[in-house]
Amino acid sequence: MAEGSKDQACVGAIDPEDDSPNMIIYRKIEDVVMRIQDEKAGGVTIRTVKSFLSKIPSVVSGADIVQWLMKNLTIEDSAEAIHLGSLIAAHGYLFPISDHVLTLKDDGTLYRFQSPYFWPSNCWEPENTDYAIYLCKRTMQNKARLELADYEAENLARLQRAFARKWEFIFMQAEAQVKIDRKKDKAERKILDSQERAFWDVHRPVPGCVNTTEMDIRKCRRERNPHRVKKSVYGVSDENQSQPSPAHIPSQPTRKPTKEDVQKEITFLNIQLDRHCLKVSKVADSLMGYTEQFQEYDPFVSLTEPSNPWISDDSSFWDLEASKDPSQQRVKRWGFSMEEALKDPVGRDQFLKFLESEFSSENLRFWLAVQELKRRPLQEVASRAQEIWQEFLAEGAPSSINLDSHSYERTSQNLKDPGRYSFEDAQEHIFKLMKSDSYARFLRSNIYQDLLLARKKQQPADTEQGRRTSLEKFTRSVGKSLTGKRLTGLMQSS
Amino acid sequence: AAAQSRPSALQSGESLATLKNESDSLKKKLEEERAKLHDVELNQVAEKVELVSALSIRTRRVLKGHGNKVLCMDWCKDKRRLVSSSQDGKVIVWDGYTLNKEHAVTMPCTWVMACAYAPSGCAVACGGLDNKCSVYPLSLDKNENLAAKKKSVAMHTNYLSGCSFTNSDMQLLTSSGDGTCALWDVESGQLLQSFHGHTADVLSLNLAPSETGNTFVSGGCDKKANVWDMLPCASVSCRLYDLRADREVAVYQKDSIIFGASSVDFSLSGRLLFAGYNDYTINVWDVLKGNRISVLFGHENRVSCVKVSPDGTSFASASWDTSLRIWA
Repeated sequence: MAEGSKDQACVGAIDPEDDSPNMIIYRKIEDVVMRIQDEKAGGVTIRTVKSFLSKIPSVVSGADIVQWLMKNLTIEDSAEAIHLGSLIAAHGYLFPISDHVLTLKDDGTLYRFQSPYFWPSNCWEPENTDYAIYLCKRTMQNKARLELADYEAENLARLQRAFARKWEFIFMQAEAQVKIDRKKDKAERKILDSQERAFWDVHRPVPGCVNTTEMDIRKCRRERNPHRVKKSVYGVSDENQSQPSPAHIPSQPTRKPTKEDVQKEITFLNIQLDRHCLKVSKVADSLMGYTEQFQEYDPFVSLTEPSNPWISDDSSFWDLEASKDPSQQRVKRWGFSMEEALKDPVGRDQFLKFLESEFSSENLRFWLAVQELKRRPLQEVASRAQEIWQEFLAEGAPSSINLDSHSYERTSQNLKDPGRYSFEDAQEHIFKLMKSDSYARFLRSNIYQDLLLARKKQQPADTEQGRRTSLEKFTRSVGKSLTGKRLTGLMQSS
Repeated sequence: AAAQSRPSALQSGESLATLKNESDSLKKKLEEERAKLHDVELNQVAEKVELVSALSIRTRRVLKGHGNKVLCMDWCKDKRRLVSSSQDGKVIVWDGYTLNKEHAVTMPCTWVMACAYAPSGCAVACGGLDNKCSVYPLSLDKNENLAAKKKSVAMHTNYLSGCSFTNSDMQLLTSSGDGTCALWDVESGQLLQSFHGHTADVLSLNLAPSETGNTFVSGGCDKKANVWDMLPCASVSCRLYDLRADREVAVYQKDSIIFGASSVDFSLSGRLLFAGYNDYTINVWDVLKGNRISVLFGHENRVSCVKVSPDGTSFASASWDTSLRIWA
């Protein structure tokens, strides 16, 4: 064991400035682990257990830990406490004394806490030479409890091959470590040996176990302090590996703000101060209203009809959505807002159909054309923009739309250098117009009402008589609640 | 006009220190102004809302096939297919419903951190440590080598962390460890727009679910989530930020949740929030009431990505345990 393991107790060794995500987690775990061990403050009882001819120092049962977690972290379900405890173990903060696999069990299995020296927050990245020394040392000591597990024996064999040329050095280091260990008190050695083993169980886990030291490569790249990384438990560092690995070359550190940056910030803050914002109460009402309105469409909140394909293995739900016949529930959604009507391709088609029947479809067609323009590959944009201008805005345009002079001027200017956003102004204006005019009429139309109320048309809608009858029906149905009937067998058969 | 009426050191070429002072006092003022709008807590108002009925969400499908950590996934618009990418360099297209693997591509780099399905369903985009985002058209011919038709679209100067098609197959939005986001024309590979606003790596991006708007949000290592054309906010854990009130309106946390969330998505109505965590679990939150409804176990390593399907009937999760799961 390296010298001064307890002297270098690294409690609170985390740089308070270091708020990288890993350190935040470690701090939280360390807070929990310290609380568990604090017997005076409601922690678990850590004691010595008598076993056959020997004593087992400094242990606590898994059940005790689970109970503590449930009580002190307000966990209702023991499964959750066991899961959390297992993760704390997997990260190396507590370990079973008789197993290499780091999980927590809710029974009499005995656990020990890890020495702060070995805590992950010390940025350990032990090298293979270290691991070799450790395994070698284990084989030198004649104790049953130190016998190598199969996977460890395999690892040792591999390391012997890899470090063939420096094996003498490793052997000597292992011998030195054994000498140091022999000087320690028997009980203390039991504890230290187990903690050392648990350390290696984290950094060289049992095959099949999660390696919790694996890092997200994006975080690796941002390693701010490669010098803080500890590479050897035994004070030995491999010269060849002293180059920081490519994973640790710091990428752009966060830049210090320049004068320009601050100027931009000031301009931006001024804009924000002038922004009109809503009160939280209003926002809350709006959020609640939205979720309530869409509740019946959310398969996680309301039962779908037909059943959710993922649950029942019956794909009728999707087949129905794909068919051109929309359900009443789907049609009802078009009535929530024009955005909803346009989002649904069937809704969009019906809206267009209605407007065409009134010979007033140019606004919607313009809006759709501009949406489509934005989806085109770059090289087609300029010519398509010109086509749209010709069709809808030029003098004598076949589908002339009505723009206010200001928007018209702006658009005309934009068309001198046509791009994907040349019609943004015009599109916004037309959208507002449609919302207050065409859309409202669509919702009152036969086309829409027939679908919403699942009526079969009795008379052609575009005759005078047809319109009157529809109007009568509409007036009558206004009194009924429009919560939309569930899909009936009638709809399904069409 | 109101902004101009505020005295500012902007024009007079003042020192960095003076500018910093002005910026700090504006920030303070902004905080005060916003605090005035904080008249109530969301979960208080939501007390009168009905509880969500007990959910019995379970794993409905497990997709096995990747050889290493699954880093990203995306749904196809057809609500059942998905694409996933892994540390082992493979990108797989699955029919999630039948568990069929329909296509597989081997990328020239490992750590494929981003992937996206094109709206048409005819192509996928992916990239990672190669600093690029490439588009692969999906061929119906099983024998055809997809890699042959690969098209390099985006080029960054650092790793690709996220990609997404905007409303069409023709434009690709990317985010990168080089601190920028960019919009590209797929056909020509030309850079259409560049977004500089993060001071460090950009880790993720998400498009606003709107036909009419052209907004997206990006999150970065500088602890900012930028909504482009709008306000940067500081956000580290699972928080709900409302753009209209310009403030955080809810935080989703629990004493027993120690590990961070890697990915979140809303259910269709916005009532539920699904969050994948580094403790291998997925937590389901009531967005309005702020409480956790349930915790889902199943993955055996970190959850890297969570996405709700286009029609909201399920959500998929990708994990470092090399599998994907579909939950409903």
